[in-house]
Amino acid sequence: MLRRILAALGTVIIAFLALSFLASPASADGQAIGGKLENRVDGTKVPVAGVEITVVGGGFEGSATSDAVGVWRVELPDLGTYDVTINVETLPEGVGLTEADKVTIEQVPVKPPLFGGLKTVTFPLGVSTAVTTSLWEQAAQLTVSGLEFGLLIALGALGLSIIYGTTGLVNFAHGELISFGALATWVLNAGLGLNFFIAAIGGLLLSAAFGWLNNAALWRPLRKRGTGLIAMMIVSIGLALFLRNFYQFFIGADKKSYSEYAGMAGIAFGPVSLTPTDLAIFVVAIVALAATVLVLAKTRLGKATRAVSDNPSLAAGAGINVERVITFVWIIGGALAGLGGMLLGFTQQVSFQMGFQILLLVFAAVTLGGLGTIAGAIFGSIIVGLFIQLTTLIIPTELKNVGALLVLIIILLVRPYGLLGRRERIG
Amino acid sequence: MDWGYIFAVMVTSAFGLQAIVFGLAAIGINVQFGYTGLLNFGQAAFMAVGGYAVAVTVVELGLSFWWGVLFGLIGAVLLALLLGVPTLRLRADYLAIVTIAAAEIIRLILRSVAFKEIFGGSDGKQAFADGFFELSFLSADADLRIGPAVVNDRQLFTYIVGWSLVALACLVVWLLVRSPWGRVVKGIREDEDAVRSLGKNVFVYKMQALVLGGIFGALAGFVTAVGAQNVNPDSFKTDATFFAYAILILGGAARVFGPVLGTVIFWALFQGTDVFLREGIDAGLPIISLMDGTQAAVLRVMLVGLGLMLLMIYRPQGILGDRRELALDAR
Repeated sequence: MLRRILAALGTVIIAFLALSFLASPASADGQAIGGKLENRVDGTKVPVAGVEITVVGGGFEGSATSDAVGVWRVELPDLGTYDVTINVETLPEGVGLTEADKVTIEQVPVKPPLFGGLKTVTFPLGVSTAVTTSLWEQAAQLTVSGLEFGLLIALGALGLSIIYGTTGLVNFAHGELISFGALATWVLNAGLGLNFFIAAIGGLLLSAAFGWLNNAALWRPLRKRGTGLIAMMIVSIGLALFLRNFYQFFIGADKKSYSEYAGMAGIAFGPVSLTPTDLAIFVVAIVALAATVLVLAKTRLGKATRAVSDNPSLAAGAGINVERVITFVWIIGGALAGLGGMLLGFTQQVSFQMGFQILLLVFAAVTLGGLGTIAGAIFGSIIVGLFIQLTTLIIPTELKNVGALLVLIIILLVRPYGLLGRRERIG
Repeated sequence: MDWGYIFAVMVTSAFGLQAIVFGLAAIGINVQFGYTGLLNFGQAAFMAVGGYAVAVTVVELGLSFWWGVLFGLIGAVLLALLLGVPTLRLRADYLAIVTIAAAEIIRLILRSVAFKEIFGGSDGKQAFADGFFELSFLSADADLRIGPAVVNDRQLFTYIVGWSLVALACLVVWLLVRSPWGRVVKGIREDEDAVRSLGKNVFVYKMQALVLGGIFGALAGFVTAVGAQNVNPDSFKTDATFFAYAILILGGAARVFGPVLGTVIFWALFQGTDVFLREGIDAGLPIISLMDGTQAAVLRVMLVGLGLMLLMIYRPQGILGDRRELALDAR
């Protein structure tokens, strides 16, 4: 068992080292500080062009102007620390810094990274003056972005829920499956320079394989040993801590974007502005969720999954190979979570802790819908997504997750088996 | 590579501020998880309540330090009641999810701009610990030297008070677990229904364990606040809770001295690894010098995660524990 874990770990580490070795030529074009200026209006991002940025440090001074998609980049002679200043005069009308003290970002460290040589600096842009939209327009925009976020949560929640249903494991490392999809795609895309679609397919396959590996190397042996569910939950905490820091170790703490299709301009649909990537996220997420639900509802394996979920011993007695079903569930769960993370890489950015940050919302969604139910996971996710976005009309954006987590606690108080769950599940 | 320095760091860390703070937090988790079988994944929230109660009482309300301690204890009891009421009648995993969510809620509120006036946002709060150090019986030049490491009089006073609190907490736990109360909560851990069938009110016992563990968490919060003379929302991340779990399981859950042994070993190894790796990077050792300082810090946490997994799989009873006593199983 120890040997299997070590072998699996070794494989992953070697793969990462190989990737970082392969990717290192990308940094040959030297060090640079750069970023993307985006004006955040009601949750959507609009690039800001023609703004001057100055970089000063170590006797060097350079400047750049943001281009049509808001991207700017200053090449640097050396590693070191630099002060980055935005020229507020050059900002367009109605756009300003949301944090007034962030005109100059001081002492930005530029270190030799594993992938690429770009240090990203972000300025907090937002509506500065009275460019207000009506409450209804805001609500429409927030509803759409809430639906989008809900679908992304659902991709994580569905996997978590069917894994819980079949094995009883509350997997605190599920967030790391979500991060994995985004990071694998980012490494293939920005690191190895593959076309995004090829990188995305690769990322999806790797995520499915990673889900399989989680089960084959860790959870299946633990089930064979008869490890208790609480002990397994604590193991999953350890795994989450390990994986999250493993990601950070190899790719660093800063946020990253895919090299293509990131930060596209919005298209107006009445009061709602959506980027082409937003539309793609809707289509891909809905197709993936619908396909999974169809597979679970119609195919033999899907029916077997629901049977195991209902009662593992009875299912085994009826001739269903329970371990085979669980393997299937982990592959599906890994792929769905990875897909969710990959798409989340567009709406947020790619980082080592993106999955961890969304994990509690996934838990909230699953608990709200009813732990272990399929429809409940999707339904709960949409509600959580909408709730998070729409409550920003009333409460500050930084506290939006607080509302969703409070709902989680309240739902446990009044209806602990969730909206679509069955009473017996709470045990 | 200065081995003397590494050793001195290991010794000072083994008995330093972090060791006390996480020792107290782990003692709290020991009462909840080790003896009663409650999965409190939000111990960081109880620590935050303790630390911030002191800071806000002194800085914002202008009251004395000891009012802060009182408010912190009341806050911890209220938080435990608030979390326990919806979840203690449910299965163990629900308590885990709710407590971890509550810890994040509290941390997000503490670091928010909206409440910056009260809680100081991401900068936290400073300058509130004088009331505590006025009690110090040590003279200002009472420095303690351990090799190259120096412990000043304020630190030394904090350590003395902190370890006294740890000793007191151990005494309380020891007295409780050998009392009838202790036998009932251990019974709840092993078989809740059996205890219920004996006519015991399981809910009340679980709630008492949750409250008591939360109070120990608040004590940890007091110590970290005065020791660092600073409270900061990011010292109360969920990782803090998981470190306390790693410490408890390393030392041995359901053992009075388990958390104490665990925290001493954990912090000696954790900080020792850090200094070793940094020295190794400076000395240009093979493999190690491929990392930078940040990566070395990340690697330590990675090892904590791996250690927690391996311990839980191969030695769930830790160093002091008894595997037969601790079934660690969900119903």
